[in-house]
Amino acid sequence: MTSLPSAPPARKLGLVIDLDTCVGCHACAVNCKEWNTGGHSAPLTDTDAYGMNPSGVWFNRIHSFEAGDGPAGRTVNFPRSCLHCDEADCVTVCPTGASYKRTEDGIVLVNPDTCIGCKLCSWACPYGAREYDEDEGVMKKCTLCVDRIENQNLPEEDRVPACVSTCPAHARHFGDLADPASAVSKLVAERGGFDLMPELGYRPVNKYLPPRPRAVLPAAPAAEAQEPGLPGFLGWVDRILSR
Amino acid sequence: MHPSTSVIFFTVASGAGYGLLAALALLAVIGLIVPGGGLPLLGLLLALGLITAGLLSSTLHLGHPERAWRAFSQWRSSWLSREGVASVATYLPAVLLAALFVRADVPRGLVVAVAVLAFAGAVATVVCTAMIYRSLKPIGAWHNRHTVPGYLIIGAATGFAVAYALFAGTGSSAAWVAGIGAIVALSAGFLQKRAYWRFLDTEDGPASPESATGLGGIGRVRLLDPPHTGPNFVMREMGYAVARRHAEALRRIVLVAGFVVPAWAIALGLGLAGGLAVGLGTVAAVSALLGAVVERWLFFAEARHTAMLYYGATRS
Ligand code: SF4
Ligand code: SF4
Repeated sequence: MTSLPSAPPARKLGLVIDLDTCVGCHACAVNCKEWNTGGHSAPLTDTDAYGMNPSGVWFNRIHSFEAGDGPAGRTVNFPRSCLHCDEADCVTVCPTGASYKRTEDGIVLVNPDTCIGCKLCSWACPYGAREYDEDEGVMKKCTLCVDRIENQNLPEEDRVPACVSTCPAHARHFGDLADPASAVSKLVAERGGFDLMPELGYRPVNKYLPPRPRAVLPAAPAAEAQEPGLPGFLGWVDRILSR
Repeated sequence: MHPSTSVIFFTVASGAGYGLLAALALLAVIGLIVPGGGLPLLGLLLALGLITAGLLSSTLHLGHPERAWRAFSQWRSSWLSREGVASVATYLPAVLLAALFVRADVPRGLVVAVAVLAFAGAVATVVCTAMIYRSLKPIGAWHNRHTVPGYLIIGAATGFAVAYALFAGTGSSAAWVAGIGAIVALSAGFLQKRAYWRFLDTEDGPASPESATGLGGIGRVRLLDPPHTGPNFVMREMGYAVARRHAEALRRIVLVAGFVVPAWAIALGLGLAGGLAVGLGTVAAVSALLGAVVERWLFFAEARHTAMLYYGATRS
């Protein structure tokens, strides 16, 4: 059924992505590809993988933006994947019922056995989060790793999306955004988490945390030469190493 | 948006087919065409042919055409599903009307009833097609009040032009009504497209790089590094952009070939009958259809999608 759940889902599982700490290493995207090419929507087909024009399905892509100019300007790494929107038009436009939003936790999924590959859902997603698999003729998208987060065969600490488990900078957090007491909701409240393109009204579940204001550094001490040197043996090592 | 041949062919062919069906149904209701084979029957078969060719082209280009039947299930939420239901439902009165026109001895009341249903089905299907585009919020060029009238008017203009071509040789009242209907629809199309393009040239798009990233508070936002070096599905599907200069030239072609030439050809043919009128009618129909193809190509090529804001677009 491609009508949205009539009552808001009791839980809203989603991601909180910290644009302050993301280092743009693409590790989450790589681990996503690795896990999901064997997961719920497998495979994540690549075409011409070793040729001149490789192209393939990814659920998660890392962009880098420049914001502001001059001394105020900064570079922001920007991971982008499905935001599991509350008002997901990608679901309601689907003519077959292949796209659906789960009533229990709000996760948006595609059933690869009933999708006809009309691509309309990808047009309806403002965020470019759906990627068509030319080879299989069906639409693919982030599953929030439904096959990990509830997987009783995995150790408790691994029951998070692959991207979250791999991020070396702890820039990705997973949890229930419908529960104001959850760690992710608190993080959003503390750091002023925001929605992408709120004006389109899709009400994404995933939130982004803004880069922290740049720290104002105290002026560098002018008299560095006057610093007292280290005494004795340490002083000698320091002098040798600083040459 | 990528202007895909199958979608352009589908929307133009089925639009013209439903337009022709509506024109013939109208003539049947007024009583200007009556059952008994001949041109009206040929017209109904042509309409069914155009509609079917369009629907087949759009179905065959699905990733899984063999699952197309599933698309009838979600009419509660999806305009694409509603279009499927409406198109199949319209086959009933359309085929029945063609069957009635084979014989001469059909009660007029029955013809009128079936024709009214066929007319309603044709209009409803074209509205559903237009609503598929109208409902897509990420595409400012489509999510506006111009889309539905645009599809209805062009369907009517091409359909009535074909209907005129069909009856032009007879010089009958049917030719007059079809011809005047076509001229009215073509003039409306000329005005409607100009209004639409004026709108398109001034609208700001539904989102900006700043709102797409939420970084507007820091300042102007622009892409520094894309996620990958080659194009992906989203960029190929949503990233098509036609050069401004080309768009200007193509818009002029739409106005001239799509509306001005057919309207004048029909106006000249209206007083005539026989071969010359058929020739003018054919010129009008072919020119209107070519104009509609270019119009539909532009409808896609000039449309921007908000997803491209993540790939370096400076506006949506
Ligand atoms: S981000 Fe796109 S694909 Fe994901 S739920 Fe929202 S509209 Fe649908
Ligand atoms: S591509 Fe598949 S999931 Fe997307 S709208 Fe079409 S049928 Fe539904």
